[in-house]
Amino acid sequence: MTSLSDDPADEQWLDDQAGRIVRPYVMTRGRTQPSGGKIDLITLVVTMKSVTSAEPGLGPEHHTIVKLCERPLSVAEIAAHLDLPAGTVRVLLGDLVDRGFVAIQEPAREMDVLDLETYKAVLNGLRTL
Amino acid sequence: MDSGRSNRDVGRVKLPTAIKILIAGGFGAGKTTMVGSVSETRPLRTEETLTDRGVGVDDLAGVEAKKTTTVAMDFGRISIGDAHVLYLFGTPGQERFWFVWDELALGAMGAVVIADTRRLADCFPSVDYFERRGTPFVVAVNCFEGATRFDLDEIRMALDLSPDIPVVLCDARQKESSKKVLVTLVEHAMETRASTPAQAPATR
Ligand SMILES: Nc1nc2c(ncn2[C@@H]2O[C@H](COP(=O)(O)OP(=O)(O)O)[C@@H](O)[C@H]2O)c(=O)[nH]1
Ligand SMILES: [Mg+2]
Repeated sequence: MTSLSDDPADEQWLDDQAGRIVRPYVMTRGRTQPSGGKIDLITLVVTMKSVTSAEPGLGPEHHTIVKLCERPLSVAEIAAHLDLPAGTVRVLLGDLVDRGFVAIQEPAREMDVLDLETYKAVLNGLRTL
Repeated sequence: MDSGRSNRDVGRVKLPTAIKILIAGGFGAGKTTMVGSVSETRPLRTEETLTDRGVGVDDLAGVEAKKTTTVAMDFGRISIGDAHVLYLFGTPGQERFWFVWDELALGAMGAVVIADTRRLADCFPSVDYFERRGTPFVVAVNCFEGATRFDLDEIRMALDLSPDIPVVLCDARQKESSKKVLVTLVEHAMETRASTPAQAPATR
């Protein structure tokens, strides 16, 4: 029950708004929230150590995340790459963080935490796109 | 064991600062188009799920009330040097999706509200939302062919915008035009932040 079929498309159950319900819940064993609270969509995730296939309790999606995040990626990007709802990815990340395979960096939670230098850097970056 | 959720634990690598900007507006207003025209890759898609938390439902109703609501968002990434990465999220403008908005707006640098002059009222909820929440925003008037051309003051009046909110014309399909909208937003957000009392030094 912990592995996905090779073609996830034939396993997906769709509700009326095309939200998958069944598979993600199996993968996360029914959990909808990671242990440490809600992780923002732009939280960056980076791999700290590689994971062997023998690691107990981790499924193929966990392994994929560890591989993907060799280069830091946001939760939203991981969800898009894995084609999973963000909530499911949050739960999987919780497992990986607990075991030290990935580290995450939360963004500023309110914009007044951003300093003026950040605005200037973003402006310059946008102007030279 | 440390949870690894603090920046300190990421010591091995220097991670950029992630920043988000929301692109809001009614259906078909050009949100996905704008995300795509200015991002470094074609728009990606992510899905948020809200499982009804069953607030105040009795046992019988509880079963039925546990519905799952999903909303799909398009988003794109703009890397700015090594130090910053900007994420643009196209967010559907209907009020029933506000559960995602609350989360997305938290910590957002600002928002672009795309106004489609063929259906101007579609952007009212977005304008209301950002005004109420105090998220800095600009209104980008997307110029579709064949749509009646309004002048910007008419739109400002129709939206009942306060005079400090920038209103700009755009063509969401053009990178340069979308870029200009974002620059206007970040400038506006920077000014808003600089003039907010909460930003004043704590020694005051
Ligand atoms: N003429 C014109 N068409 C546009 C413009 N922006 C978007 N479109 C088109 O309008 C349609 C809806 O745009 P889309 O970005 O999918 O809207 P969304 O629902 O807000 O994400 C697409 O076919 C776009 O190609 C624009 O500035 N001018
Ligand atoms: Mg869209």
